[in-house]
Amino acid sequence: MLKINNLHASVEDKSILKGINLEVKAGEVHAIMGPNGSGKSTLASVIAGKEEYEVEKGEILLHGENIDELAAEERAHKGVFLSFQYPVEIPGVSVTNFIKTAINETRKAQGLEDMHAKDMLKKIKEKAELLEIDRKFLSRSLNEGFSGGEKKRNEIFQMAMLEPKLAILDETDSGLDIDALRIVANGVNKLKSKDNAVIVITHYQRLLDHIVPDFVHVLYNGKIVKSGTKELAFELEEKGYDWIKEEVNA
Amino acid sequence: MELKDKLVSSFLAFENHINIDSKVHDIRNEAMKTFENEGFPSKKDEDWKYTSLNGVLKHDYSVFPKQEKALEYKDVKKYFIHDIDTYKIVFIDGKYSSHLSETTHDKIDVCLMSSALEKPKYELIIENYFNKVAVKDGLSALNTAFSREGAYIHIPKNQLVDKPIQILHFSTGNEAALMLQPRNLIVVEENSHVQIIERHQSLTENPVLTNSVTEIFANKRAIVDYYKLQNDNQEASLIDNTFIDQKRESFCSVHTFSFGGKLTRNNLNFYQNGERIDSTMKGITIIGDKQHVDHNTLVHHIEPNCESHQDYKGIFGDKSIGVFNGKVVVEKEAQKTNAFQANNNILLSDKATINTKPQLEIFADDVKCSHGCTIGQLDESAMFYMRSRGIPKKEAKALLMYAFSNNVLSSVKIPEIKQRITKIIANKLGVNIGFDL
Repeated sequence: MLKINNLHASVEDKSILKGINLEVKAGEVHAIMGPNGSGKSTLASVIAGKEEYEVEKGEILLHGENIDELAAEERAHKGVFLSFQYPVEIPGVSVTNFIKTAINETRKAQGLEDMHAKDMLKKIKEKAELLEIDRKFLSRSLNEGFSGGEKKRNEIFQMAMLEPKLAILDETDSGLDIDALRIVANGVNKLKSKDNAVIVITHYQRLLDHIVPDFVHVLYNGKIVKSGTKELAFELEEKGYDWIKEEVNA
Repeated sequence: MELKDKLVSSFLAFENHINIDSKVHDIRNEAMKTFENEGFPSKKDEDWKYTSLNGVLKHDYSVFPKQEKALEYKDVKKYFIHDIDTYKIVFIDGKYSSHLSETTHDKIDVCLMSSALEKPKYELIIENYFNKVAVKDGLSALNTAFSREGAYIHIPKNQLVDKPIQILHFSTGNEAALMLQPRNLIVVEENSHVQIIERHQSLTENPVLTNSVTEIFANKRAIVDYYKLQNDNQEASLIDNTFIDQKRESFCSVHTFSFGGKLTRNNLNFYQNGERIDSTMKGITIIGDKQHVDHNTLVHHIEPNCESHQDYKGIFGDKSIGVFNGKVVVEKEAQKTNAFQANNNILLSDKATINTKPQLEIFADDVKCSHGCTIGQLDESAMFYMRSRGIPKKEAKALLMYAFSNNVLSSVKIPEIKQRITKIIANKLGVNIGFDL
């Protein structure tokens, strides 16, 4: 589904990603871990198409197609979804109206008619229930005054609504208490299928207790320096990142 | 001939033409003298520092249209708020159109300034209110000198007016260039409530200059909600002079939506003559090209325990120019005043300009006054957030602009106006958002 070859990216002339190679197949869950400042969020933003980042070298293939030149919305229309570490507040636009617009714009791009209002409501109701989101919450302004947990739950709600092929969860566990973490993880697990893939970006192992990865990668200094299975996450939890750094620097 | 000279020489003919015994005659004469002395404002006047009238005064305007032209409702329907029932006072090239209007004398008077100025039964009201709150500056004086036609609205006490009143001015292009000077008088007595919508619309590319004066009197506990929809074409300019005299416990709000026209200047003045008065001024300005919109506001807090709220949002593209000059005066007696003023702007282009200048003159010591001006660009992180959810750039931008102006829209009490404004914004941005905020 996603293939990244020798990806180099920079922001304002500062080189951040220095040769990433990664392959994610349909049905898989990949975890990307690593110390602060290693480039995890940059990788997520580059895949999603943030314009401030410049791809200097390498390529990002989605279903075999190079998406480097595509705008963020075009990537979204092809099924890429990024759950933000810090979701942006948009006062004056309700959660419902925002998601309706997102869905119908995506459908328009795919040559489909707007979703029927009744079907939309049904879907909103169903997905809100999955994430234990209150009806009142949906009419509030997007992310405005939301608690950290509410913001993240709202991100996963949008993911559930948009049903992406490739979901990237950037530090979705940060700011979540244990109940919210369970709800969010449960939501993600319900959405998982053999046709889609998930990349979980996290600093800690605790989210991976709930969303179990098939592969774990360690990102350090702009490169994937170690890959393994879920056991690697446990090892990192226990021993921290210093041993990785030492290994790389040795 | 210079426009000023032309106007001065037209005045005699104008006065001879109409009832010379009218008490208003003296007022007009006096006003003409004022205009002769003051003339049109120039950039040397502090209040006109950022707005020059030179570009609009250069045309050879007809002051009295020679021919009349009729319009069919179907052709101008789109300029009306037509999905709800309203009273309508409609003018075509400055002349009343009974065909398009719907006036009333049932309990309330919604009719014409010309008849109010002439008929004895309105004499007392004219004597008590006409030209009593309008400031005697050159432009207002000019309007007073030529005041003859416009809307006359009198709401006796304890009346909840059953439907909004629309005041519409069309210009047809019958004249090569046309100057209009509508004069409105609105008197709302104790405990009454009225909603008014005003719009000026030119139907051709011939230049039009409108210099309008509206006097509003809100007596004890009256509620007046006024909506100004300014979305005229590129050759139409508007100088709107609105003066509001409020008595105790009255509530007046003016929403000004400025989306079009060549040059628009709003002189909006509130005078609070009583306690526990609320004055609200809100505006959304979205312009581009070389359009120019200037909001010049004044709130005069004269007595204690009153409030004023100003919230103006502006979005400026291309080479457009915005001006906000908001003056708040709090007199020594006006203790416990709450005065808020905000002016937030987004510049979409490097060549767009906004001049924003709050002026607070506070002589009382126990007051709460705040003001804030911001100028910024569209939030890039919000743009990326929306785009990453599949909302294309243009639509995302539109959505952010809606969000930005939403505070102003939320206080609009007529849903059809809110929908209309939403649609105009969407049209302006070339998007279809698919829902109303």
